[in-house]
Amino acid sequence: MTSRLSSGGRIDRSQPLTFTFDGRGYAGFAGDTLASALLANGVKLVGRSFKYHRPRGIVTAGVEEPTGLVTLRSGGRREPNVPAPMAELYDGLDARSQNAWPSPAFDLLALNGLFKPFLAAGFYYKTFMGPFQKSWMWYEPIIRRAAGLGVAASERDPDRYEKVNLFADVLVVGGGPAGLAAALAAGRAGARVLLAEQMPALGGALLNEPANGAADGWSKGIVSELRSLPNVTILTRTTVFGAYDGGTFGLVERVADHKAEPDPGEPRQRYIVLRARQAVIAAGAIERPIPFGNNDRPGVMLASAARAYLNRFAVLAGRNIVVFTNNDSAYAAAADFKAAGAAVTVIDARPALGSVGAQALNSDIKVIPGHAIAETYGSPLLQGVAISPFDLATGQCDNGFRRLAADLVCVSGGYDPQVHLSTQRGPKAIWDAARACFLPGPAPDIQLHAGAMTGRFATADCIRDGYAAGAAAAHKAGATGKPGDLRVPETLPGGDAVVAVVWDVIPPKGLRDQKRFIDLQNDVSASDIKLAHLEGYVSVEHLKRYTTLGMATEQGKLSNVIALAQMAKLRGIEIPQVGTTGFRAPYTSVSLGALAGHETDEHLRPVRRTPFHRWNERQDCVFIDAGLWKRPWYYPRAVDEKKREIVTSPNRQIGNETVSSTTSRPHDLTTARFEDVNAAYRRETRQVRETVGMVDVSTLGKIDVQGPDAAEFLNRVYVNGWKSLEVGKARYGLMLRDDGFVLDDGTTSRLAEHHYFLTTTTAEAAKVMAHLEWLLQTAWPDLRVHVTSVTDQWAGMAVAGPNAKKLLADAVKDVDFSNQAFPYMGVRQGHMGDLAVRVHRVSFSGELAYEVFCPSGYGEALCDFLMEFGKRHALILYGVEALGALRIEKGHIAGGEIDGRHSLEDLRMEQMASKLKPYVGSVLRNRPEMQGNDRPRLVGLKAKDASQRIRPGMILQPHNGPYKGHGLGHVSSTTYSPALGHSIALGFVIGGATMEGRVIDAVYPLKGDIVVVEVVSPHMFDAKGERLHG
Amino acid sequence: MQLNCPHCGPRDSAEFSYYGDAARQRPPLSDTDVEHWHAYVHERDNRKGPHKEFWHHIHGCRQWLVVERNTATHEMLGVDMARDVAMARMGSDPTLKGV
Repeated sequence: MTSRLSSGGRIDRSQPLTFTFDGRGYAGFAGDTLASALLANGVKLVGRSFKYHRPRGIVTAGVEEPTGLVTLRSGGRREPNVPAPMAELYDGLDARSQNAWPSPAFDLLALNGLFKPFLAAGFYYKTFMGPFQKSWMWYEPIIRRAAGLGVAASERDPDRYEKVNLFADVLVVGGGPAGLAAALAAGRAGARVLLAEQMPALGGALLNEPANGAADGWSKGIVSELRSLPNVTILTRTTVFGAYDGGTFGLVERVADHKAEPDPGEPRQRYIVLRARQAVIAAGAIERPIPFGNNDRPGVMLASAARAYLNRFAVLAGRNIVVFTNNDSAYAAAADFKAAGAAVTVIDARPALGSVGAQALNSDIKVIPGHAIAETYGSPLLQGVAISPFDLATGQCDNGFRRLAADLVCVSGGYDPQVHLSTQRGPKAIWDAARACFLPGPAPDIQLHAGAMTGRFATADCIRDGYAAGAAAAHKAGATGKPGDLRVPETLPGGDAVVAVVWDVIPPKGLRDQKRFIDLQNDVSASDIKLAHLEGYVSVEHLKRYTTLGMATEQGKLSNVIALAQMAKLRGIEIPQVGTTGFRAPYTSVSLGALAGHETDEHLRPVRRTPFHRWNERQDCVFIDAGLWKRPWYYPRAVDEKKREIVTSPNRQIGNETVSSTTSRPHDLTTARFEDVNAAYRRETRQVRETVGMVDVSTLGKIDVQGPDAAEFLNRVYVNGWKSLEVGKARYGLMLRDDGFVLDDGTTSRLAEHHYFLTTTTAEAAKVMAHLEWLLQTAWPDLRVHVTSVTDQWAGMAVAGPNAKKLLADAVKDVDFSNQAFPYMGVRQGHMGDLAVRVHRVSFSGELAYEVFCPSGYGEALCDFLMEFGKRHALILYGVEALGALRIEKGHIAGGEIDGRHSLEDLRMEQMASKLKPYVGSVLRNRPEMQGNDRPRLVGLKAKDASQRIRPGMILQPHNGPYKGHGLGHVSSTTYSPALGHSIALGFVIGGATMEGRVIDAVYPLKGDIVVVEVVSPHMFDAKGERLHG
Repeated sequence: MQLNCPHCGPRDSAEFSYYGDAARQRPPLSDTDVEHWHAYVHERDNRKGPHKEFWHHIHGCRQWLVVERNTATHEMLGVDMARDVAMARMGSDPTLKGV
């Protein structure tokens, strides 16, 4: 059965399309929406409702669609909850109904409807709180499955999304008569204009008029002039969803949603951050429904929507149409239906016929004044209505009713201006009692409001209003041109809508009290409002949350005003006294993909690579993420074939595999033919202590500190003293925050009288830089010091192990490496070949060690030099896993210990703090609470059973319990110590050093692990520190 | 929201990081009174209306700014370089010089 007329509409009959709905094939035309094509094919039942699984159809022709929500496409492109009127048809479109199983026509979960007394307002709160809490565990999965909308895709979205910044003098929101006129005025005045329209075509409500009439004539003329203006940009399929501070607006352009797939290189959607000097908001108005019994039955539609389907898509959605109205606007729809060949009856709630009604009678339309639709019948589709004499004042049907057969009911309860966007930043909407609708409050700063959203419903008025607003906005934005006059034809549609308000239709005696839905999407009916009132949830915010009114995509577009009016009536107060809903962005749903734009994966968190990265790749390095950095984790070596520990799968050809030098080695490969991380880091750790190793330390934060007051500055920043540090020397320093907690540590070297080179931990580099800038700019602006981040300018390699000195003495010929000439904590500048390097004799591993720095661009040359000279000294490469093992053996603190929660005493570093000078944090660190013995303090931990592994994050508890809360402390860093032959860790234990020798439990409740550990000194290897002197 | 950086001009707020109340007065390092430091570090007024606050142009010129913003409307009422504000304060209170 087709509802498509053979002529008329704005579709392209030369381009037939096919699509599927719930797997069945249908035909449509280019220019159709999914909704119009379904209606053309006679598909009226498109889904089941949220709670009760009642059959539902298409109600509107726009973004306000409450029930015709579908899921489009499949796989990674699946998109749920798309309003069918907003889904443009393309060939091969695959759409599915939602919340129905197995199909909307035969939905097993419709049984929920029988339980509806239990699913009324506040259902969740009443059923699953208090004494019934436990049953929630049982019922939740079942109820969650039964109630709901569509399901999001779980696969990765294959499409690209874009984010762009645009600028305009004047933003015009809405491409209806007012918006078009506003854009024209601003464009003629010379302003840079951006016109955004959410639908694919311009014209707004004029598109609902018969094609090729006076309305089309006017809009075509305006649009062609707009397109000729180089300073006007027109974006269709573009929703202005949010208004933000400082003239910023959020827009989303659906670039390719009307295609099966985006064209090559094209994004699916584009998120536009627009900065506008002025904005004319001409968002239009949406027709308001009227609640009556079973008003949710498929076949009940807004009058303007049915007219849109007729005049835009040549779809006559019914042959026997009943129009129910309380105003004159629906008569235009009735006349169009009649002209298209339908039998039309108008039920007018108003007792007396006006001139428009009388005119309708003359054109053979049946008009029944003073009546209302009391309920609909038919299952599941509409078959007819019961009408009753109606009292406008009380909303009560008189006794008696009669039935009228109908296959389409068109409802018009007046119009609601779309105040959403206009009120997001500004004052709340204001109730206009005369027009019986909310109007936008006074426009905030840069906004102007125009057209139907200001309560003007005659097209000519909207045009004049928009034109004036566009001219004013252009002027305010600084445009100097004169827009001139605009001729407005008087033949355009629409008149001032005088509405006789109908907030509810209470059925007559003799008819059962059927559900009168207010929010069709969330299954909220008049009885729910009554219940909320009875139970005291009477403010607009409580009403919304208690009944779920206006949740999800509905957002009050159709339901808000009626619900407020019903609550006002129940409370005996005026509508504004109930409260006015504040609107927040977004106006309509915005996909998360669009908001993310291209900021996904590595584009969300950019990858930082050290100057040695490519060189490291060539050494078969396996990398690990450390913040944004890729750091060398370990350098696996091929396992000797004869001593091979891991058996290679016979099916896997690995011997001839070449490993790409640009990617990390796949893990299965490393386990098969190369050492795994455990084997590698243990070997690397051992070899560093036996011969010499080198590790990439370029990620250390590096800050150049220069100026005559640099020493004074460092002296204030660090807890220890800096004024005595000589040129050519380095010193270890600790800095605190103002609140006395440890912020960071590192070594800082004096390169020249007024020149220091400060290093930070990798993790805290950015924070320390901001901290130093903060102090210099806000606390001590008189200090003559400059700080500059040089982290990326210097490549750094630590060379550690007994052979380190010999190696560097070979490599750097112009520096004397003897202990006398270049002692521990010395800093020298020299050359490796012709490469200038800085050599700092510092040690994190506890070995004789140096850090060698060179300008980043020469990083690879530095590596090659060191490797070449290292051959004689058994130089190996080691990664951060071995670096960690070496420093944990020595009890050196790092990120796990400096986590912003520890005092100097906690770290057992209090002896470092100078008593001779104040420094940042010196006052608050002396609070007794910071120094108490009840705070967990740094200790070493040693697994009693050498085969057991201590995990990071383990909670430390008394041996054999009782285990209580946070226990005695926690484990902060762990490793296996090749030197000691068992698992060791650093951690924090209440009692600190006094606990040494005691046995406690390290527990990991999530995995059920308990490891018995002995508390030891953190200095677990070479406690006297003899090795670093060589 | 945009901030009008005295160096860089009007820039998106995403380029800045926020550091709260700029009206609080940092004690000089020589001040050893725990209460003064406690008040400076921990106590904040949660003002509605005009509010002076620190912003750091972290993805720009790296300057700390003192921005006056209406917390109720986000209206930007003024912006100064934090260094200039600090220098002016130092000029009127010489005890802040030195340590």
